[in-house]
Amino acid sequence: MSIAAHLPALQVVLPLLSAPLVVLLRHGGLAFAVVTTAAWAAFACAIGLWLQVGQLDPGGAISYHIGSWPPPWGIEYRVDRLTSFVLLLVSGMAALVLPYSRASVEREIPRELHYLYYAMFALCLTGLLGITITGDAFNIFVFLEISSLSTYVLIALGRDRRALTAAYQYLIMGSIGATFIVIGIGFLYLLTGTLNLVDMAERLRDVENYRPVLAALAFLTVGISLKLALFPLHQWLPNAYTYAPSAVTAFLAATATKVSVYVLIRFYFTVFGESLVFDKLPLPQIMLGLSLLAMFVASFIAIFQHNLKRLFAYSSVGQIGYITLGLSFDSVNGLTASIVHLFNHGIAKGAIFLLIGGMVLGLAKHGAVPPAPTFDRLDGLAKRMPLTCFGIVIAGLSLIGVPGTVGFISKWYLIMAALEKGQFWLVGAILLSSLLAVAYVWRFVEVAYFRAPLAGFEKREAPLSMLIPALLLVAATIWFGLDTSITVGSALDAAQQLVKNGR
Amino acid sequence: MNAEHFIVAALVLPLLGALGIALAGKLPNLREGITLATAAALFACVVQLLDPVLAGVRPELVLLEPLPGLPIAFRVEPLGMLFALIASGLWIVNSVYSIGYMRGNQEKHQTRFYVCFALSIAAALAIAFAGNLLTLFLFYEVLTLITYPLVTHAGTEKAKQGGRTYLAILMGTSVLFLLPAVIYVWHISGTTDFQPGGILPAGMDKGAIAILLALFMFGIGKAALMPFHRWLPAAMVAPTPVSALLHAVAVVKAGVFSVVKVVVYVFGIDTLTGATDWLVAISGFTIIAASLVALHADNLKRRLAYSTVSQLAYVILAVAILAPLSIVGAALHIAAHAFGKITLFFAAGSIYTAAHKTEVSQLDGIGRRMPWTMAAFGIGALSMIGLPPAAGFVSKWYLVSGAMSQGAWFALAVILLSTLLNAAYFLPIIWRAFFKPLSAEAVAHPHGEAPLPIVIALTFTAAGTLALFFFPDVPLALAQQLVKS
Repeated sequence: MSIAAHLPALQVVLPLLSAPLVVLLRHGGLAFAVVTTAAWAAFACAIGLWLQVGQLDPGGAISYHIGSWPPPWGIEYRVDRLTSFVLLLVSGMAALVLPYSRASVEREIPRELHYLYYAMFALCLTGLLGITITGDAFNIFVFLEISSLSTYVLIALGRDRRALTAAYQYLIMGSIGATFIVIGIGFLYLLTGTLNLVDMAERLRDVENYRPVLAALAFLTVGISLKLALFPLHQWLPNAYTYAPSAVTAFLAATATKVSVYVLIRFYFTVFGESLVFDKLPLPQIMLGLSLLAMFVASFIAIFQHNLKRLFAYSSVGQIGYITLGLSFDSVNGLTASIVHLFNHGIAKGAIFLLIGGMVLGLAKHGAVPPAPTFDRLDGLAKRMPLTCFGIVIAGLSLIGVPGTVGFISKWYLIMAALEKGQFWLVGAILLSSLLAVAYVWRFVEVAYFRAPLAGFEKREAPLSMLIPALLLVAATIWFGLDTSITVGSALDAAQQLVKNGR
Repeated sequence: MNAEHFIVAALVLPLLGALGIALAGKLPNLREGITLATAAALFACVVQLLDPVLAGVRPELVLLEPLPGLPIAFRVEPLGMLFALIASGLWIVNSVYSIGYMRGNQEKHQTRFYVCFALSIAAALAIAFAGNLLTLFLFYEVLTLITYPLVTHAGTEKAKQGGRTYLAILMGTSVLFLLPAVIYVWHISGTTDFQPGGILPAGMDKGAIAILLALFMFGIGKAALMPFHRWLPAAMVAPTPVSALLHAVAVVKAGVFSVVKVVVYVFGIDTLTGATDWLVAISGFTIIAASLVALHADNLKRRLAYSTVSQLAYVILAVAILAPLSIVGAALHIAAHAFGKITLFFAAGSIYTAAHKTEVSQLDGIGRRMPWTMAAFGIGALSMIGLPPAAGFVSKWYLVSGAMSQGAWFALAVILLSTLLNAAYFLPIIWRAFFKPLSAEAVAHPHGEAPLPIVIALTFTAAGTLALFFFPDVPLALAQQLVKS
């Protein structure tokens, strides 16, 4: 068999193997090289898989049997449109963030811990890719734990001592979430006797009317919602994003919550099927209400933050509201909006946090540990770091949803979905909430562009190794706002596939 | 080269110009040279499109397709042609003026100023040529954002406040009203392409049409229909060349241009019959109310800004009357007001540069020291009032004829009253400038005319205001095609 046939396995195995290798090497520079190579290889696998899926019939999927144990007995890796789209996002972000890490980590993490940072990053990447690609419910839980545990460590590596409490807080909340998820999966296993998702979906139809099915659905919903930071289960997120090292924040913001959304979509549409999820429980209404709360309350809180990282962390909670809002519509357009927004918001927010990472280096005196990006330190920053500030403004425009940026595309589909349902008031709510984003983005603009620069700093951008990946992402927010054949194309395909599957 | 190439050239030239200006930032003479050369080349390109459009050709260009079935596309039709001619032509004059003004007042960040200016013109042309609502909306927002650094150019607290108002109102209205209107049109018609006669499905409910129209009219905040006009006076904190070209020509005209375009090409005049009474009332109210504010404004630029609000509402009123003649009047008024108002702003900036005066009450006797400036101001004022031999008379003529043909007596009364009000707030300035003696303070600070580039520019636009009265052929031909098509 050629290597192309084994891409699904390689996708996960390559980053997985790089982690222990790095721990054995115990050398920061080598660790960087190994993990970056692994991440790039994973990105190559994701591109390969994306091309392979593109050649299948609409609705087709690549099924890979681990160890040649056929499903439902063995573990199946299953790649369809949606899977390969999320794989692209996750591995692509890793491929960009890792080269960026080198200069950033140098200043933010003590030298003797560098190899651990890379090892944990590799494990986190492995976990996220594994969750996405696997077609086995228990395997999802295993990879979820791998990614979660490594994330706790990554957050705790932050220099600010509050990083420790942030990590601890996330550890507690994350563990509760994981427990709920495993209980849900346990119920499903009890009911169906299988762990393979496709098989489970078929067998669930026979036991659809039993109460435990609803219990499983409820446990899974709450557990996954914790991981994806659905309002009001988001409390772990602002602290985690604020105090984690810059590169970690960028990677998590762009991928971790997005993968959790993917899991939710998987369970809702592939396993339970829409009829069960949307008819027997008032889930759409609950989801709608919580999404609206997230969009307004979290975005509103964001306006008043003093720390730029925390500001954009709250903005993330708000933006996740748009993603879950799309789910609650239970329509092709709504689901398209969700899927496309998890990508679009991933790259825009990833760009912002990468740029902030470069910014904090410039805020420190030479060689010192970078301080927190609080607003009082950002006065007149545009004069000192014009590219960085301009990049944040562009990505910020995408959060607002200005046409020509990716955010507009997501908003367009969300509003279409609301119009289809005849919910005119929702159209108003979506648009009104996007104006809150104007308020928090413009707070940064006014401080960075209108105040006199602080004395004692010369004009100095972040190192190129950090600036280039960040600006690439900024360019992507414009590119995918104008040419959407990849993003909307994939999302629309995936949405049609999922909604049809359920009926 | 065929017409499509000229569309591309017209959109790309200002972008290249902006790049060149940015690169030449350290060499002011080269930088201004690039601005002038770009403006001239751009105008030449736009003019090349005129003959085909007059001959009935509608050149098209599809750029990208960000959403399935919704391309970013351009299509040159008569109204867009007219707007593009005005914006690109006046950019040349305004660039000459800018050189005099920015250097005369030793403004900072001139490179940024010229770059943003070139980009604004690119956005304005893209709006002019937009082939569908999505493209129009895209560049409408781009224009808002790219003019923001121009409005806040001074970087002071006042500029920041002005910028906030500017952005909040323009962004707010476009996101809350215009965007849902665009998406709703797409939702019910399956297209957003501009087509003569409109694209809305037949038999649409009158109430729904009225609501959709309201979303468009208030959503196009750049047209400054009350109560969403406050951004325009706020934007006056910008340097005068910005107020002149952008807030008398490109930005506000992009607003009323969009209004006319939407009414003619999205709704269709016939579809709207009976659904525009409220619009007549609101635009009439805006005309009168803004004139009353202008009457009491002592700050010259503020008075001009409120005059603009009132004049923009003329265009909306003309559209709301729904008579073919009044729509011709609307298109002509876009051109006439552009020439007249840019002259007035040029004069205001000229006074500021030469005499450092900003208030009307300080202008006693200034006409004797700055005869060119104040003569040009007088011609601009005539055009605003709508008296011959100025361009404003022609557009008002069509507007009044249209109103009469529909028996729109309320509109006629508004026009009459506003003409009186216009006279009441412009003529005293001229009287003051030429017939009142110089104040003691002014006697102590002698000054002459403004720098030569400024005088050249305002003389030219004043002459243009007169020329449009005597030779309105091209705008008139385009305006008539708009109604026929």
